[in-house]
Amino acid sequence: MAIAKRQFDAIVVGAGGSGMRAALELAQANLRVAVLSKVFPTRSHTVAAQGGVSASLGNDEPDNWHWHMYDTVKGSDYLGDQDAIEFMCRKAVEVVVELEHFGMPFDRLDNGKIYQRPFGGHTSNYGERPVKRACAAADRTGHAMLHTLYQRNVRAHTQFFVEWMALDLIRNQQGDVLGVVALEMETGEVMILQAKATLLATGGAGRIYSASTNAFINTGDGLGMAARAGIPLEDMEFWQFHPTGVAGAGVLITEGVRGEGGFLLNKNGERFMERYAPTVKDLASRDVVSRAMATEIKEGRGAGKDGDYILLKLDHLGAETIDKRLPGIREIAKKFANVDPVTDPIPVVPTCHYQMGGVPTNYSGQVVVPDGSGGEKPVKGLYAAGECACVSVHGANRLGTNSLLDLLVFGKASGETIIADLKADVQSQQELPADAADLPLARLARLDSATSGETVAQVGADMRRSMQLHCGVFRFPDSLGDGVRNMLEIAQRVQHTYIKDKSKVFNTARIEALELDNLVETAMATIISANARTESRGAHDRSDHPDRDDVNWLKHTLWNKEGNRLEYKAVKLKPLTVEGFEPKPRVY
Amino acid sequence: MTGQDRTLDRIRWRCRRGMLELDLVLNAFLARHFETLDAGQLDALRELLECPDPQLLDFVMGHDEPDAPAERDIVALMRAVSTGTASAGATTTA
Ligand SMILES: Cc1cc2nc3c(=O)[nH]c(=O)nc-3n(C[C@H](O)[C@H](O)[C@H](O)COP(=O)(O)OP(=O)(O)OC[C@H]3O[C@@H](n4cnc5c(N)ncnc54)[C@H](O)[C@@H]3O)c2cc1C
Repeated sequence: MAIAKRQFDAIVVGAGGSGMRAALELAQANLRVAVLSKVFPTRSHTVAAQGGVSASLGNDEPDNWHWHMYDTVKGSDYLGDQDAIEFMCRKAVEVVVELEHFGMPFDRLDNGKIYQRPFGGHTSNYGERPVKRACAAADRTGHAMLHTLYQRNVRAHTQFFVEWMALDLIRNQQGDVLGVVALEMETGEVMILQAKATLLATGGAGRIYSASTNAFINTGDGLGMAARAGIPLEDMEFWQFHPTGVAGAGVLITEGVRGEGGFLLNKNGERFMERYAPTVKDLASRDVVSRAMATEIKEGRGAGKDGDYILLKLDHLGAETIDKRLPGIREIAKKFANVDPVTDPIPVVPTCHYQMGGVPTNYSGQVVVPDGSGGEKPVKGLYAAGECACVSVHGANRLGTNSLLDLLVFGKASGETIIADLKADVQSQQELPADAADLPLARLARLDSATSGETVAQVGADMRRSMQLHCGVFRFPDSLGDGVRNMLEIAQRVQHTYIKDKSKVFNTARIEALELDNLVETAMATIISANARTESRGAHDRSDHPDRDDVNWLKHTLWNKEGNRLEYKAVKLKPLTVEGFEPKPRVY
Repeated sequence: MTGQDRTLDRIRWRCRRGMLELDLVLNAFLARHFETLDAGQLDALRELLECPDPQLLDFVMGHDEPDAPAERDIVALMRAVSTGTASAGATTTA
């Protein structure tokens, strides 16, 4: 079948912070760049980020990139690649100041410099005490960042393809990536977008869990596209959870609630944290609280008709304190949990927040795969940045505010690398293989012709429930095994979904069916990788292997879709210019 | 497919936002009211969906009001709709 084709120098799939930062670099170098996005660029998920972006500007007190590097390596539980972490922390000041010059409305100190505040895990002098390193624009940092980058891109004549969904990568016989096949939602038409460089910047896939803080668009499309094209996914067992998201909704309830005296109850009304952390109780660290909650639920003491949540009680604080000290909590609880916390407890569960793994890249943004002799090599024409990429700077656990930094640093770096790679290799577009669009067309044809089958909603709900139950914040060996079996079944079922609406124009059902394919690839990678990793490190926490095992597991997982095959690669413990930080127990 | 259906489908997709809170509210709003909105209400909804996410969230949470009365009425419906636990992990279409 002949389908329309357009050619560009570079294609960026995704218009969040990472995609737009990369696109800006490319457009300013006068390359012909197309940016695709499922939604209007400033509605990308980056808009939800509030806390800030880290950089050791030292505006309020002494700070430097090496302290930031130490915090990030330690935070990663030593799984982060130290070359990439050095690169990121050194570049932080430059990219944040650059963003300021682009017009980002950062909060300011009286002397006009960017205001900075402390944030969990960021310290001065190698763990001595909290340091002010987070730069924010009120509570709208992500929104301001997207807005600023969008304006700059418009000025630089970046071409946006808004409400376009990339379906699959195009790879030739040599394995080079030649562009993407994409769907224009407005018309339902499929088009080949050919380019010498393709950057994946599709964000995270937090919707694989039923409890997730992520917006519905976070379906891991870049991960699915990579997996189907034979590219492995790295460290997918590592997902960061927040202890208190509203059960069934995912909306975060700030830890301030427990700080003010709220506490957690199981279905028997028992204040169970007293058993797990007798002194600090409900104020124990995030991972301790999450683990206790998961254990209560697993052992049948969860509340609710399915016994699958915990109760957060704060009525004893009284209406006045709640309104005064915890502004907004009452509205959130009423709106998203249907309870007024002045009289009733809020149902909460540990909630998925951030994906540490992703498409493997080096710190220049090139996607890298094993070369067959123990090393790795770039995939020609393919790059990745942002939450969908695994550089890996976050290792087994991300520090707050380091993600927005990751978007800026590696968005820019991948743009620069593409410019350099295209200069070094001035050949014209390669010839497209005859089967360039076969895979996505077959996926669409199946959906268009199916006359019966399961609904996308049903299969999706079962996947999310299974992942939440079997591969959540605290992992039990028997349950992981059940989860693997479940996911193998779900991977079969997703090939037989059925949509009633066969129309082409803005067919949301069709889009969601295509997204579910990507979620299932992500979920599969996650549970297979988690089941194999018999240690606890960072966000991967196993009941049967409670300790980190550096002898056997100081290595990155690579999951391959074909046969669910796992392989491993070494962690880069050697930074670029300084001594590496040796793995040590991670205590705060 | 009629022109009207196209408009509805486009509006439905544009209820996909960058913030989870808005996804939940808009999803519940669509399920409850979408079928019965008249042309004027659809216009108002379309206008509202052009707002940046933080602005729309301010409207929905009652921290701010849109200027246009028709948009205010739609926001009132959004505020009244229950998102509850029923929407657990759901996507925009059932
Ligand atoms: C509630 C919340 C608060 C957070 N707060 C902070 C914070 O304060 N500081 C911090 O550092 N981090 C924070 N994070 C994490 C951070 O916001 C994200 O990791 C980051 O914004 C991801 O950016 P991105 O550019 O990778 O992708 P996104 O912003 O998610 O953008 C992805 C883009 O890809 C597009 N896309 C996806 N699939 C396709 C496809 N198939 N075809 C075409 N386009 C596609 C989308 O339309 C979108 O434009 C927070 C996360 C959450 C959930």
